[in-house]
Amino acid sequence: MKIFVPCKRVPDPDQKLRLNADATDIDASALTFILNPFDAIAVEEALRIRETTHPEAEIIAVSISPPEGEADLRTALAMGADRALLIEHEGSIDPWNVARLLAAVIQKEQPSLVLMGKQAVDDDANQVGQSLAAQLGWPQATFASQIEFTDNGMRIHRETDLGIEIIHVVLPAVVTADLRLNEPRYASLPSILKAKKKPTEHITPTELGIKPEPRIRLLGMELVNSKRTCEKVTTATDLLIKLREAEVIE
Amino acid sequence: MMKTLVLMEHDGTTLRPGSGSAIGFARELSEDITVLLLGKSLEVIATEAAQYAPVLTADHEALTATVADRWAHLIAEVAQDQNAELIVATSATWAKDIVGRAAGLLGGAMASEVIGHEIVNGELRLCRPMFAGAINATLVLEGSPKIITVCPSAYEAPEPTETPFPIEPVAIDASTLPSDTRFESLDCKIGARPDVTEARIVVSGGRAFKSSEDFEQHVGGLADQLGAAAGSSRALVDAGITPNSLQVGQTGKIVAPELYLALGISGAVQHLAGMKNSRVIAAINQDPDAPIFEFADYGLVGDVYEEVPRLTQELNSR
Repeated sequence: MKIFVPCKRVPDPDQKLRLNADATDIDASALTFILNPFDAIAVEEALRIRETTHPEAEIIAVSISPPEGEADLRTALAMGADRALLIEHEGSIDPWNVARLLAAVIQKEQPSLVLMGKQAVDDDANQVGQSLAAQLGWPQATFASQIEFTDNGMRIHRETDLGIEIIHVVLPAVVTADLRLNEPRYASLPSILKAKKKPTEHITPTELGIKPEPRIRLLGMELVNSKRTCEKVTTATDLLIKLREAEVIE
Repeated sequence: MMKTLVLMEHDGTTLRPGSGSAIGFARELSEDITVLLLGKSLEVIATEAAQYAPVLTADHEALTATVADRWAHLIAEVAQDQNAELIVATSATWAKDIVGRAAGLLGGAMASEVIGHEIVNGELRLCRPMFAGAINATLVLEGSPKIITVCPSAYEAPEPTETPFPIEPVAIDASTLPSDTRFESLDCKIGARPDVTEARIVVSGGRAFKSSEDFEQHVGGLADQLGAAAGSSRALVDAGITPNSLQVGQTGKIVAPELYLALGISGAVQHLAGMKNSRVIAAINQDPDAPIFEFADYGLVGDVYEEVPRLTQELNSR
């Protein structure tokens, strides 16, 4: 079984963001980047599949990024992925075009499972898994919190607004990971060193026969800051008085 | 005038809270609006939706459960048949799952979780949060149809009309629908309290609460006293103390009630992303330096196990 794990490189969310001079994008110059936390959960789940039900599984991490994005693919390799593919692309790219590039690689490599994060914590779009499944014509199971294999597919527990839903999908399929699927492992030092020897192949969109056709034109960005000043009270009674003055409770 | 298709979510019995926000957004852009409902035995729900716009019903045995590949296939078919230029739904796990897939079939011009818009020189500009709400981005969608999910707290449902709009069925050939996904079960956790995205007041609990019983007693008790929704931070959902349907934040629900009461919530950026646009925010936390206070209008430094019962008791005694 071949498992594909798309991995996105995102700014570490615990940093203060700044915008570039013309406020069209974030200023990435001073930022550190990490593997999107939801994608790390997907890598972890692929490893657990290999460690339990499918010891023969080959795990391939794939990223769309500038060549220096290789560092974050190394995170996936250090965790235990077998090899990595990097689709070279400079600048931002919208979910539809990400899915097109992934679909092209997937048609070439023919994995039977795509496991990926439900969203990337930079653009928070929550679209690529769904768009990819649509473009491939594969079934999808989004927001997975538990998975198991069956004779011809997978049974997935999904986190929905109504509660936990259980669905069955025939493979090949796209599964997107929610927070509670697992707790990703940290890579050990020996495995980080070993990851440096694992193969990473670079591909260009042209080699895949894909020319990005942008669907989103970004006009600008604005930093959102708190405009509130907190008035401290010392008792529950005073808090109620303030909330009544503000006319939000009776 | 953009030909607009609005998708409304329902639970098999009634329209879901917040599903009217998509109508509110669509009305600001177009007068040519049609609602599309999918499911089985939709008569009652269709009557409800017909208070807002003409309704198309895709009513079929094969659509009984929400299954993304089938539903998206049908949405794409109807959108093409209707020459829809704009497709709108209210953001929720339902829409994220289905509309995202439909967008993949319809050319991919999609923006999710939209919180504002303006038309400049005939161009529709959309505003949406990114980076856990630390940034608001303004963008234009290229291509047609434009597919948009709106944040339920950003747009209000319009008033229902007295004379209902017409309801019309869509012809369905079930043999053409995808069949690789099977719905098995849903463990419905919808309680008696209002939904966090709908309530005027949200009482939310965080890490300070140590068990489901404590949460129910303190957060639930205060919520009931105020007729409010109960919400929770991610920490409690991770710990299995609250169901995920209560989670407010970047990966949960985005809310903007009149009052957000944060109890024992430290205020991680991921949580702030889900509630910082509330009109009034009050926080109780033991740590005077908790980031939540930077985003609150009123703050009380104290132990929620002592302060919350005081609030409940005092409200009760009035």
